[in-house]
Amino acid sequence: MIRIYIEGIGLCGPGLNGWEASRPVLAGTDDYEASPICVPASMLLPANERRRAPQIVKIALAIGAEAFAMAGRDPAGTAAVFASSGGDGDTIHEILHVLASPNRELSPTRFHNSVHNAAAGYWSIATHSRAASTSLCCYNDSFAAGLLEAAVQAAATRESVALIAYDVQYPSPLRDARPLAAAFGIALVLSPAPGAASIACIELELRPGTLTSPASDSPPELEWLRQGTPAARSLPLLAALARREESSISLNYLDDMVLALRITPLPASPNPRGA
Amino acid sequence: MSGPLALSNFSIVTSLGAGREQTMAALREGRSALAPCAFDSIPFQTYAGEITGLDDTPLQPGLAGFDCRNNRLAALALRQDGFLDTVAAARERYGAGRIGVFAGTSTSGILQTEGAYRLRDPASGILPPGFDYARTHNTYSLARFVREMLGLAGPAFTVSTACAATSKVFASAARMIATGICDAAIVGGADTLCATTLFGFHALGVMADEPCRPFDPERRGISLGEAAGFILLERPSERLSADTVLLLGAGESSDAYHMSSPHPEGSGARLAMERALNAAGLEPAAIDYINLHGTATLVGDAAEDRAVSDLFGGAVPCSSTKGFTGHTLGASGVAEAIISALAIQHGFLPGSPHTRALDPGFKSRYVLEGHVARIDRVVSNSFGFGGVNCSLILGRSA
Repeated sequence: MIRIYIEGIGLCGPGLNGWEASRPVLAGTDDYEASPICVPASMLLPANERRRAPQIVKIALAIGAEAFAMAGRDPAGTAAVFASSGGDGDTIHEILHVLASPNRELSPTRFHNSVHNAAAGYWSIATHSRAASTSLCCYNDSFAAGLLEAAVQAAATRESVALIAYDVQYPSPLRDARPLAAAFGIALVLSPAPGAASIACIELELRPGTLTSPASDSPPELEWLRQGTPAARSLPLLAALARREESSISLNYLDDMVLALRITPLPASPNPRGA
Repeated sequence: MSGPLALSNFSIVTSLGAGREQTMAALREGRSALAPCAFDSIPFQTYAGEITGLDDTPLQPGLAGFDCRNNRLAALALRQDGFLDTVAAARERYGAGRIGVFAGTSTSGILQTEGAYRLRDPASGILPPGFDYARTHNTYSLARFVREMLGLAGPAFTVSTACAATSKVFASAARMIATGICDAAIVGGADTLCATTLFGFHALGVMADEPCRPFDPERRGISLGEAAGFILLERPSERLSADTVLLLGAGESSDAYHMSSPHPEGSGARLAMERALNAAGLEPAAIDYINLHGTATLVGDAAEDRAVSDLFGGAVPCSSTKGFTGHTLGASGVAEAIISALAIQHGFLPGSPHTRALDPGFKSRYVLEGHVARIDRVVSNSFGFGGVNCSLILGRSA
């Protein structure tokens, strides 16, 4: 069992505009209002990059910045785990489209943006972070794999670690082979020990087995998103954090394992930082 | 790192050959595998370390859905060097659920999708039937394939951090073992040629029209290559032979500088090496050989020379083995970790074919000719797009 503490949360999805604004919906006290994803412009990027950056980079930077602001922690010194089920679908489609055309000349910028760790690279440049980062993929279970990796890193190094998990849709024709419901991103700042900014304790345990019933506790009107976008498989965790109640949830991890989470909210600090 | 881990067994395939023996023979003979590249009828001249015969070796029936060049190469590597037997024994010892799979790749099976895009229906634009995105193109395809082929049931994911992918998997595996998430891990990975990387590096203007010449004053860029390698990592025990190589430390850093150019002073590279030395509890003087990232680009080699000479003061012999194999991208970390392990076991320090002279502006002790040498501890460097850096330290157990 590994124990970690949540210090900051970032969220961006359709009708989910940041963690604070989305909390009542996630807790089930407000109704969900569907709307297309709206990614806030990141002040971390210079103005020209802000326009040009791929959507996946904008989402990663926006949720990362939100989570670190809430944690009151400097991203420059914090290791980060990036998790995505398929990387930058728009950039990969553009490259494949050009390679199937008679003139196979690629844009150098598009090529370096096509790597799975592109968002991690932009994040490190934007935050001046020379800390370790990794970028992983576990298909539909990329969020659970990323959470496990980040928690293990926090436990092994006894230092804070950020998890930044996101997915964007592929354009057609790849969309037919790999349909995703919507773009979605979630960031968590995790710490191995409780601190002034900690809002909850999470105990993680990896168990053999398969989830038979769909995850309970996440808002039913968001079930299409949870099922349709791998990063949104974090919604039961977000809902539990929003309700501020003790709860146990399980996330699918591979076909034959389950990542079991026990979530215990912590009393609000008298002087919350950045909240 | 909480104590060293043993590389109980490892397997490798590069354009130098299949298995440790063929790899070692080529290193001793100074024989490069780089040859003119005709992959996918590319319209420019370059050299590559291409692996032959993959087109004729489909995957075994039960795994046919994973069939693509990248997984074929992974399967070929898993069948070398008694690796399947080693894993079977480890499975008996620990249980399938206690062995993790942490694999790295940069482009996975994207070659399948490149082909599928050319076969789109002219009217509807849809991809051809039978295209299996999840088990070929998707980045996780590789770790999932390795896990299924080896019959393992522990935690798994694919790390894709460009050319540092199969170095980072060592760090992930070490943390997983240290925290008790698993008892042992398969680390490694595969990368294969595809139009995305051939045309991509060509577009960046960093691909040589001749075999690559790392650290040469007239170097003109990289040659691409293909490789796969896998290692069983576990805690050292008396069961292991005296020549078992250990993972002593891993160091990770980010440049925070540019997406595709290294920091000109090599500060991120230096930080990764310093963190690896710290993790291993070693001083720079304890290192006997550095296997460089050394891709033969103008700025990359200059930055790494600066980082190495700043930290090691020009005392430690170093070389890049990219002139043998080409730059095998996401597989270069594990391929060169295995070459470093072979250097320790065989007491042979590899040279640098195609490099004719050493850049006169460089200060590190670059080795042109391979030679016999006692090597106890090696640093192996990997750096990638996005400014991601990872250094590993391997050492002799006895």
